[in-house]
Amino acid sequence: MTVSPVVSRSGGGPSSGVLAARGLACRRGRRLLFRGLDLTLAPGSVTWLRGTNGSGKTSLMRILAGLSQPAEGSITWNDLPVSAAGAGARRGVVYIGHSNALKDDLTLAESVAFLAVLAELDEPAARAQRALDRLGLASRRDAPVRTLSQGQRRRGALARLALDDAPRAWILDEPFDALDAASVDLLSRLIVAHAAGGGAVLLTSHQAISLAGAEELDLERWRAE
Amino acid sequence: MSSMILTVARRDLLLARRRRVEALLPLGFFVVAAGLFPIGVGPEPQTLRQIAPGVVWVCALLAAMLSVTQMFASDHQDGSLEQMLLSPQPLLLLVLGKVLAHWLASGLPLVLAAPLIGLLFGMHAPAIATLTATLLLGTPILSLLGAVGAALTLGLRSGAALVFLLVLPLTVPALIFGTGAVVAVDSGLSAQAHFSLLGALLILNGLGAPLAAAAALRISLD
Repeated sequence: MTVSPVVSRSGGGPSSGVLAARGLACRRGRRLLFRGLDLTLAPGSVTWLRGTNGSGKTSLMRILAGLSQPAEGSITWNDLPVSAAGAGARRGVVYIGHSNALKDDLTLAESVAFLAVLAELDEPAARAQRALDRLGLASRRDAPVRTLSQGQRRRGALARLALDDAPRAWILDEPFDALDAASVDLLSRLIVAHAAGGGAVLLTSHQAISLAGAEELDLERWRAE
Repeated sequence: MSSMILTVARRDLLLARRRRVEALLPLGFFVVAAGLFPIGVGPEPQTLRQIAPGVVWVCALLAAMLSVTQMFASDHQDGSLEQMLLSPQPLLLLVLGKVLAHWLASGLPLVLAAPLIGLLFGMHAPAIATLTATLLLGTPILSLLGAVGAALTLGLRSGAALVFLLVLPLTVPALIFGTGAVVAVDSGLSAQAHFSLLGALLILNGLGAPLAAAAALRISLD
């Protein structure tokens, strides 16, 4: 089965790319979760991945991010297999999973700055400060991560998205978890602005969210068993 | 290239500084375990001098293994490791940075403490100097091999015990050449061959272990 769940609303910038999957199948243990999934994350698109618990949303996101291998199918970055695209594909994709990737014993600013270093961004400390300011965490920048609430940690992890304005493909697994209403609104605006700037977003959420122009993609359609 | 190694090493050393008790555990274990031998074996100076190289080396091996199980575990737990794998930077550099930090935080203190343990065992000055030099070459080997073991057992139940079982047999050559050098010096012989072999082991592990650890990390996170 083939579907193109993308809504393109603007052209991609010079460094934007297209992440695409063809004929993906995912197996966890003996169970085949889904099969024959085609998906394109085109610049300017926002895709809300839906599905029941255990339908394979997180597995799909990990496969697209390059953390897991699919049982079948291929993933391409700008029509090149991701293995051939190499660092170029990894530069073009941002993945934020359930874990926040923040160290309890570092300050929030230090943690986010390290993520900026991993993303090969210049001036990581200054970028981290600006990103935390954008996420409303200016007053908690120098606080050790272990002293932060779950919501503040999640916002700290999401500050990674505000490190630069490059139109990358964002893969966000339950990004709205633990966020208060104001933070949900802030993140929604960030996502919409990113798509408007030529970026692509694939996200999951169990909460009802309102994202202008978002296309829904129900993973149940590819359920294998 | 080297800046990424240093950045990761600096970050891990900063973390070790902020978790002082955890960071000092291997050193504490090394001193206490080695210190128990004179009490258990008896105060006979000749016996102590004879067993000292082996005791110090085995205690250093066990102390290094204690901390190596944590090399990737904390980053795996909080999601940092996923971000390292997704970085455009080669994973090899990130592994090398973590191995460097592990050696500086856990291996180097063992090297620095070795002369004190040597004195405790009544070793002669040339033997103490040789013991310290062998540990200087040998402890990085332990960190490198430990990285492979830690990566292979990441996320497994009883992973720490498995690291011991997987890595300790691989450290036997380093143990043989390390203790052999001290025994040779004590017997008035040259330890050059032992040092050459230890150096060769270090180079071999330096070239192969980070690659193996990086591959194991990718498999562990799949």
